[in-house]
Amino acid sequence: MTASADRRPSAPRARLWLAGVAAAALLGSAAPAAAERIFVSNERDHTMTVIDGETLKVIETVKTGRRPRGITASPDGKLIYICASDDNRVEVYDAATYKMLRTLPSGPDPELFVLHPSGNPLYIANEDDNMVTIVDTATGQKITEVPVGVEPEGMGISPDGKVLVNTSETTNMAHFISTDTNEIVENVLVDSRPRIAEFRPDGKHVWVSAEVGGTVSVIDPKTHQIVKRITFEIPGVTPEAIQPVGVRITSDNSTAFVALGPANRVAVIDTETFEIKKYLLVGQRVWQLAFSPDQKRLYTTNGNSNDISIIDIASEKVLKSITTGRSPWGAVAVP
Amino acid sequence: MIAARLTSIALLAASLALAGPAAAQQAPAETPAAAKPAALPFKFGVLRQFPPPPPWWNTIATLPPQDDGIAGARLGIADNNTTGRFMKQDFQLAEELVPFGEDPLPAFNRLIEGGAKFIVLAVPADQLLKMADAAKGKDVILFNAGAPDDELRQQDCRANVLHTAPNRAMLTDALAQYLVTRRWSNWLLLTGRTPEDRKYADDVKRSAKKFGAKIVEERVWNFGPDARATAQNEVPVFTQNVSYDIAVIADELGEFGDLIGWRTWDPRPTAGTAGLTPTTWHSTLENWGAAQLQNRFYRQSKRVMRPLDFQMWLAMRTIGEAGTRTKSNDVKALRGYIFGPDFELAGFKGQSFTYRPWDNQLRQPIVLAQPAAVVTVSPQEGFLHQTNLLDTMGFDRPETKCKLQ
Repeated sequence: MTASADRRPSAPRARLWLAGVAAAALLGSAAPAAAERIFVSNERDHTMTVIDGETLKVIETVKTGRRPRGITASPDGKLIYICASDDNRVEVYDAATYKMLRTLPSGPDPELFVLHPSGNPLYIANEDDNMVTIVDTATGQKITEVPVGVEPEGMGISPDGKVLVNTSETTNMAHFISTDTNEIVENVLVDSRPRIAEFRPDGKHVWVSAEVGGTVSVIDPKTHQIVKRITFEIPGVTPEAIQPVGVRITSDNSTAFVALGPANRVAVIDTETFEIKKYLLVGQRVWQLAFSPDQKRLYTTNGNSNDISIIDIASEKVLKSITTGRSPWGAVAVP
Repeated sequence: MIAARLTSIALLAASLALAGPAAAQQAPAETPAAAKPAALPFKFGVLRQFPPPPPWWNTIATLPPQDDGIAGARLGIADNNTTGRFMKQDFQLAEELVPFGEDPLPAFNRLIEGGAKFIVLAVPADQLLKMADAAKGKDVILFNAGAPDDELRQQDCRANVLHTAPNRAMLTDALAQYLVTRRWSNWLLLTGRTPEDRKYADDVKRSAKKFGAKIVEERVWNFGPDARATAQNEVPVFTQNVSYDIAVIADELGEFGDLIGWRTWDPRPTAGTAGLTPTTWHSTLENWGAAQLQNRFYRQSKRVMRPLDFQMWLAMRTIGEAGTRTKSNDVKALRGYIFGPDFELAGFKGQSFTYRPWDNQLRQPIVLAQPAAVVTVSPQEGFLHQTNLLDTMGFDRPETKCKLQ
């Protein structure tokens, strides 16, 4: 419904854009770089919304497998990976044509995954199966499975690719897994219902959000000690509504953003002092976060208001929201 | 006749958790499960006694499954053991099923003698009180997963009993909040013949007063235990000559509640023990990660999770969570943690659950469902509370008549 409404005006725009390219080519100036595109997985209508990063309009709505949740891009930005949870597979899309290229085995109910920094392999959390499945993205073969706690979800990988962190929601642990041996080296208890594990780009800490606990545990991956437990307090918002989920940390390691679920806010946190600098009001039940490739913007998926919010990082202001499909779950942006 | 008695399905649970196609491909990562002898034991018992079935329960559609509740306990043990592998903790379960009309105390004593420290009960209130008093002074935590009686949270409360079952007042408050939100404030109360029905009706009246609804009239169902054949004639008459927004039904055994809808004199919706029903769990709940629990349960038991399953699962998870955090199986340490500031039980309903220290009642959101769909989850927005929104349902601290001992 939303999809077709958004698509209708896109055809003439596409033609105009082509004309623009043609004109630019005629004038001999450099063709505009392919614009940034934002891909959003819509859990409840089984689609992926594609948004033009420049015009901030929906340019395509792609039908996916059932219950698409986790979404990520290959390091070169050419491939989009999606967990089709109810179809028990990972789908790989061409980021330029939006066509599905192939599927990968995922194990049952894949929810979230993380790519090795090199782009291979893919580490998948099987939420219904207490497993992490490791898949070779080149051959499409399953490499192995690692048994973890109940309802594995969050997946983070260290920048050097050596340490994988999986969170299990009902076991309430962050499992540190060596990617050399594919075995658990340590289990760190965190607060209730851990959702996301996100490494600082320099690898110094891994941040683990706990949805029901309402906290973020900052863990030193060398010692496996929790160095800081961040709590949130928002005037006028009940503590129960503060449910941290998505976490992203800027490439200069200075600032972390934490999505707070039904509190409808994103916390802006100093990664050195762990001080919360600001709460940004976004859409309802803010879930996952994604940076624009140039890290000037942050996109938030708002599951209950069926839109994404766009945050300008320099000014720490919410610029606007864009309607997506039903229950937008995750997002990724590629150049 | 004792139906079943199992011990330690922990091993089974652990092997299930490790099984899968991958196990064949590559040996799974070495886990603490291998170091079995060192594992800290947590011994559970579960005891269930069904209420007497009304005559027409005996249809394949409405007959409760044999493992009602017990299956939830088993899943709780399995979940605890998945975490237990990492914690070197071993959760074990002994099961006792007692037919209605028999004395359940011998079965209870067998669980105690077998060393169970955590006993999950779904028995009538009078039996529960006998067990609580028999266990007094012993290092045992009892869970009431079945009895909805308000008295067990009020004058008949017991310090050694924690309630994962909601009491009737919690359920009717949850319903009242929603009806008042919809401005369906004039209720026709239809009450059944049993003492339990009258208790439910009393709580409906209490909730109406608490949230500003009005009982325009109360009528008592007197058409016998099985009016299926004659309902089409009787129900219109039973519900005529009264002006109301919604019929609220108090009929815990389900003798007539499902005969009311679509047969009232005026076209009116139904709620209470039939129609829109307040409960702890529904098979169509899928938000807040509930889909995962539903799937896990279905894979284990080949049927949908029912409220009693969920309430028993919550009891298992209460100890599992406290055991993980305290790294102890000591009853006093666990109890201290459960009632301490850090305890939070994740129950797939959008926020953490805790126990009320004044009457040991578990706080949890209440699902309002029609047969094939969740309609809403209470507390409803706008009903405020100074400390915990969940305390808008049931007995808040100022209302308690419980003196724990």
